[in-house]
Amino acid sequence: MSASHITKKLSMLLGLILVPGIALADYTLNMTQGVTAISNDIYGLHQLVMWICTIAGILVFSVMIYSIINHRKSKGAVAAQFHESAAVEVIWTVIPLIVLVAIAVPATKTLLQIEDPSESDVTIQVTGWQWKWQYNYRNEDLSFFSNLATDSNEARQLGADPALKEKADHYLLNVDKPIVVPVNKKVRLLITSNDVLHAWWVPALAVKRDAIPGYINESHFTATKTGIYRGQCAELCGKDHGFMPIVVKVVEQGEYDSWMKGQKAAIAAAAGDSNKKYTQAELMKKGEGVYKANCAACHQVNGTGGGPFPALKGSKVATTGSVADHLKLVIAGKGIMPPFGPQLSDADIAAVVTYERNAWGNNTGDTVQPTAAKAAR
Amino acid sequence: MSDHPTGIKRWLFTTNHKDIGTMYLWFAFTMLFIGGAMAMVIRAELFQPGMQVVNPNFFNMMTTLHGLIMVFGAIMPAMVGFANWQVPMMIGAPDMALPRMNNWSFWILPFAGTMLLAPMFIGGDFLSGQGPAFGWTFYEPLSGQYDKLAFFIFAVHLLGFSSIMGSINIIATILNMRAPGMTLMKMPLFVWTWLITAFLLIAVMPVLAGAVTMMLTDKYFGTSFFDAAGGGDPVLFQHVFWFFGHPEVYIMILPAFGIISQIIPTFARKPLFGYASMVYATAAIAFLSFIVWAHHMFTVGMPAAGELYFMYATVMIAVPTAVKVFNWTATMWKGSMTFETPMLWSIAFVFLFTIGGFTGLMLGVVPVDFQYHDTYFVVAHFHYVLVTGALFGIIAGVYYWIPKWTGNMYDVKLSLIHFWVSTISVNILFFPQHFLGLAGMPRRIPDYALQFTEFNQISSIGAFIFGATQLLFLYIIIKCIKGGEKATSQVWEGAEGLEWEIPSPAPYHTFVTPPTVK
Repeated sequence: MSASHITKKLSMLLGLILVPGIALADYTLNMTQGVTAISNDIYGLHQLVMWICTIAGILVFSVMIYSIINHRKSKGAVAAQFHESAAVEVIWTVIPLIVLVAIAVPATKTLLQIEDPSESDVTIQVTGWQWKWQYNYRNEDLSFFSNLATDSNEARQLGADPALKEKADHYLLNVDKPIVVPVNKKVRLLITSNDVLHAWWVPALAVKRDAIPGYINESHFTATKTGIYRGQCAELCGKDHGFMPIVVKVVEQGEYDSWMKGQKAAIAAAAGDSNKKYTQAELMKKGEGVYKANCAACHQVNGTGGGPFPALKGSKVATTGSVADHLKLVIAGKGIMPPFGPQLSDADIAAVVTYERNAWGNNTGDTVQPTAAKAAR
Repeated sequence: MSDHPTGIKRWLFTTNHKDIGTMYLWFAFTMLFIGGAMAMVIRAELFQPGMQVVNPNFFNMMTTLHGLIMVFGAIMPAMVGFANWQVPMMIGAPDMALPRMNNWSFWILPFAGTMLLAPMFIGGDFLSGQGPAFGWTFYEPLSGQYDKLAFFIFAVHLLGFSSIMGSINIIATILNMRAPGMTLMKMPLFVWTWLITAFLLIAVMPVLAGAVTMMLTDKYFGTSFFDAAGGGDPVLFQHVFWFFGHPEVYIMILPAFGIISQIIPTFARKPLFGYASMVYATAAIAFLSFIVWAHHMFTVGMPAAGELYFMYATVMIAVPTAVKVFNWTATMWKGSMTFETPMLWSIAFVFLFTIGGFTGLMLGVVPVDFQYHDTYFVVAHFHYVLVTGALFGIIAGVYYWIPKWTGNMYDVKLSLIHFWVSTISVNILFFPQHFLGLAGMPRRIPDYALQFTEFNQISSIGAFIFGATQLLFLYIIIKCIKGGEKATSQVWEGAEGLEWEIPSPAPYHTFVTPPTVK
């Protein structure tokens, strides 16, 4: 390796350490105050307990440090021989007890508010999946999935170009489709899971609640400020636990209403697609997008799989196997593969199956239309 | 002693508490380096955003095995090693009460450890991550998805056998084999903390065994303990696990409390302040540890009444823990202190463990826990308690007793470098993790948003320094075993107790005729 090579490598290494420091000095030291009344109460409690601990720490540590400095043999200190005092033991048992009561009283008050989801204005069912979130607006007949944004997903692959992270919009904290809620309205969340445990957490809303398969947890928030609030899954849920962010867009009521209208119109349009006929080229293009968003996390972008996830490239299912079996597998899932039937439209399923049967040299020439996917459900 | 087997047979067949203690300590040390190497992989991956070193599944496998190995392979066996060496010498007994079982409890461990690690190498593709990758808490249903679960389950069973047998042995030794005149309330505090710890182990290891057995039948025999679709409950797993898991935390820290309570009086040249209250505080902590388990699971959606109860019970633990810290401080107060290496580690323990205790109190306050839970704040908390707590206690104990074990003084200069570099780097490693957690970084993620970069880099640098420094510890120990300045039988000027009345190194058999304690 030449000298210039080494210099280049060294400056790259230095760059890795220093550049983010310049570009990303938006780190924080303390908990967010958040944008709900409860998140503010929690922040206040956090400050209270932290200061109590800090003061107690300073007191105890000062005594120890004083003793370490002054009561040392090298300074001629002679050891006293006292070794017990009931009075002292009682005092330093009672004082912490009193401090604990002072913490417990406000903590209890806040907790009882947190555990009261009654009288909500909007109810959203949140379902955790490996590795995405599904949102279902109760009473609105609107349900959709929220995946890690494509730019983040590409940038987070092992060995991806480091520059992609800087370019990605809110790296790892952005989704393809955020949930939208009205400001100053009490939003009730019904949180559950389709497979393993997840936890829905948005720090600014001070909601963190586990998503448990077979059980429904309730939580709620009332955001008092419009804006975009980001969070992540907080309970280890497998391979891509770190890659299922949450984005909540808090908007004025009017904007919320028109968003809801737009969503419903889009659903109606998508339903029309189920009967449409596509060319193979259209399906391949659409299928590649669906594949990257839903399948590549396990089966890899180039279809080679890895670990417990089988390869699709050259696999029986995607080549010599029948289209019907292939559709069934995608729709119903198998083992640790989740069912994609509830997650994808007929057109999406048709497209991704077409894609898998023709990409990476699978070349079956098959074209699968949405009507076939519809029939296979 | 010509009939003693030599070479490998000496170690395979030994029933001598000192040999077995040595093996426990070396096993723990080996595991410390294996688990530590895994921590280095974790910190290397987290050095910067993006995936550079390993894939997400391998990362999860590292966090899982790092936790399991450090808890079950490093900290617990090290503490049992101390018990084996020290309990008989401190109570004036010739050996452990059940020497053959003692041999067996140790020799199960290497097999359990092998079984835990073996799946990593199945299929020959090490990097594809075939080992367990569901977190050291192995929550269902995620752990149920793992296709080599049986390896893990039987490894846990074996570890449980070993711990239970070790505990029975320690209890039988302490209750039956104390020298004449050594009443319970005259026992050194280390012996007391181990007695209480052994009861905790006997109480909770079967619960853990129950949890993994239910996992086993769920996975392979069609039951549905933890599967809601079959009428079970995934949250049941967490209740059972943490009924074991919370006392487990104290199993790791109580013997360290004992070690520190031996060391501080020695170097303060002053009796331990509040001996009786220390014993009662240890017992109180042990009792409370059984009734606070659900504070690890505040976000599972318990009724408010349940959350309130577990909050009140949890913060109560601050009281006996504070009493201990106050007693150590009062022991130092108006003493005549010197600062030999074991004392330095002990003082660092008191400072840093107290920080971990404070964050523990913060985590106990339910509404705020909703923000802290499963973030790096928790990671920082339990590493302050387990690394600067339990591990620092172990290191302090090694420096304190190794002259007695080997007959040689360790290299003082190197030991001071070891202490200062470790203590500074461990804070560089773990303190910034508090900030990461408060800023919203979840634990157990292999990659993070860009605003977490700076503190992760600082933390990783601390980790690399701290990790490398422990190689120096290995060197110091080997050097001390090979030779060095000869230690006197009392070793330390202020040391009191039966173990300091026998020669250094301690003869192979000690107290064949029991001493009399006044």
